[in-house]
Amino acid sequence: MSPIVKRKREKFTLPSSYLVLILSFLCIGMTVLTFSTDLFSGPLGTIAGYVIVPFQNGITEVGSFLSDRSDELAQLRDVQRENEALRQQVDELTIENTLLQQDKYELNNLRELYKLDAQYEQYEKVGARIIAWDGGNWFNSFTIDKGTEDGIQVDMNVMAGSGLVGRVTDVGPNWAKVMSIIDDNSNVSGSMLSTSDKLIVSGDLELMSEGVIRFKNLIDSDDKVVEGDKIVTSSVSDKYLPGILIGYISSIGRDSNNLTKSGTMTPAVDFAHLEEVLVILELKQQVE
Amino acid sequence: MRKKITAIILVLFCFLLQTTLFHALAFNGIIPNLLIILTASYGFMRGKKTGLITGFFCGFLLDIFFGSVIGFNALIYMWIGYMNGSFRKIFFPEDIKLPMFMIVLSDFIYGCLSYCVFFLLRGRFAVDYYLIHIILPEIVYTVFISMFLYPLILKLDTWLEKCEREE
Repeated sequence: MSPIVKRKREKFTLPSSYLVLILSFLCIGMTVLTFSTDLFSGPLGTIAGYVIVPFQNGITEVGSFLSDRSDELAQLRDVQRENEALRQQVDELTIENTLLQQDKYELNNLRELYKLDAQYEQYEKVGARIIAWDGGNWFNSFTIDKGTEDGIQVDMNVMAGSGLVGRVTDVGPNWAKVMSIIDDNSNVSGSMLSTSDKLIVSGDLELMSEGVIRFKNLIDSDDKVVEGDKIVTSSVSDKYLPGILIGYISSIGRDSNNLTKSGTMTPAVDFAHLEEVLVILELKQQVE
Repeated sequence: MRKKITAIILVLFCFLLQTTLFHALAFNGIIPNLLIILTASYGFMRGKKTGLITGFFCGFLLDIFFGSVIGFNALIYMWIGYMNGSFRKIFFPEDIKLPMFMIVLSDFIYGCLSYCVFFLLRGRFAVDYYLIHIILPEIVYTVFISMFLYPLILKLDTWLEKCEREE
């Protein structure tokens, strides 16, 4: 008999401290890789898209149904009160309407001048529904229910109504992630419709609750820009198509350098009640 | 095996609710962090390993869909799960104080780290603003939700444990 007794091998388990270390390195590795390649968004996004997106589609529908009902109840009381006030307003507005009719002719002429409407119509667009929002409170991005299968690519512009919503930052076969212009990471190069002065519109979490976003670097040496002026996407932007309405200036002030102006602007899109968006199926032409 | 499948279903369930339904129920634009509740609960209920694995997958899901970099949320959630796991020794199912405290702490750590990485590093120095308007409301809402969600998770867990012992 040999003195060596073979010990029964224990079942192998990895201590949690090793596991946490290994996974930490894995995470850091992935973080580094996402900066240099887009290795993960492809296959991972495809798998996740087929597993998660159908559920998100369903739940969002239920969720928006519930919030609609609760809104309706709350609104009912307001509506009755509003009704009285509105009756009075109708009379006042009838008078105002006649005046506005005259302005309308002027507006039509101006529209023709800017050819804004025509420009939007040229772009081929596809409608999409928002199915999920960012899982945290720090950013403002959402996923829509259209993806590469519908011809959507990264960097395509997203609109709602007549205003700019944001652009596609990530895309899967049946979903796409959109970063909105009010996201803290977002910067859009815009220009004033009236004077064609360039400026930068950047999202800001601090101002998000007030419904406005920041703009800066506006060179307006003639002091022509006033509150209420329209900001559109500029032609020098490398991601956004030119001439899409971003919003209206709500406050403006001179910077301490005395050269540029900055302030806040109200987006043309109501981001709090966004449900459907339009994706422009055209990318800004790039100079390689 | 049954426990694992339940955990996976719970993670998916919480992720789906957090990204869809709770946006319709947001208070002043703030949504609760269900995945933190789940990660923390699994941490102090079942120990470091389960906590860190749950956290990893919760964060990973968030990263795939909404992360600007893949791996950051996974890392934070994993560490939070691991940290909660080291409190398993003083965890008793009857006691509600420790779970609530741990969930508050976890969400606070998550909020602070998110602020530091995504905002402080980009030169957004208004700590007080982000603390009062984002981090604290999120904690309050999360704790409120966890009063309903945590007992559910606990009950499910003890039931599964009982099933396993009987087999």
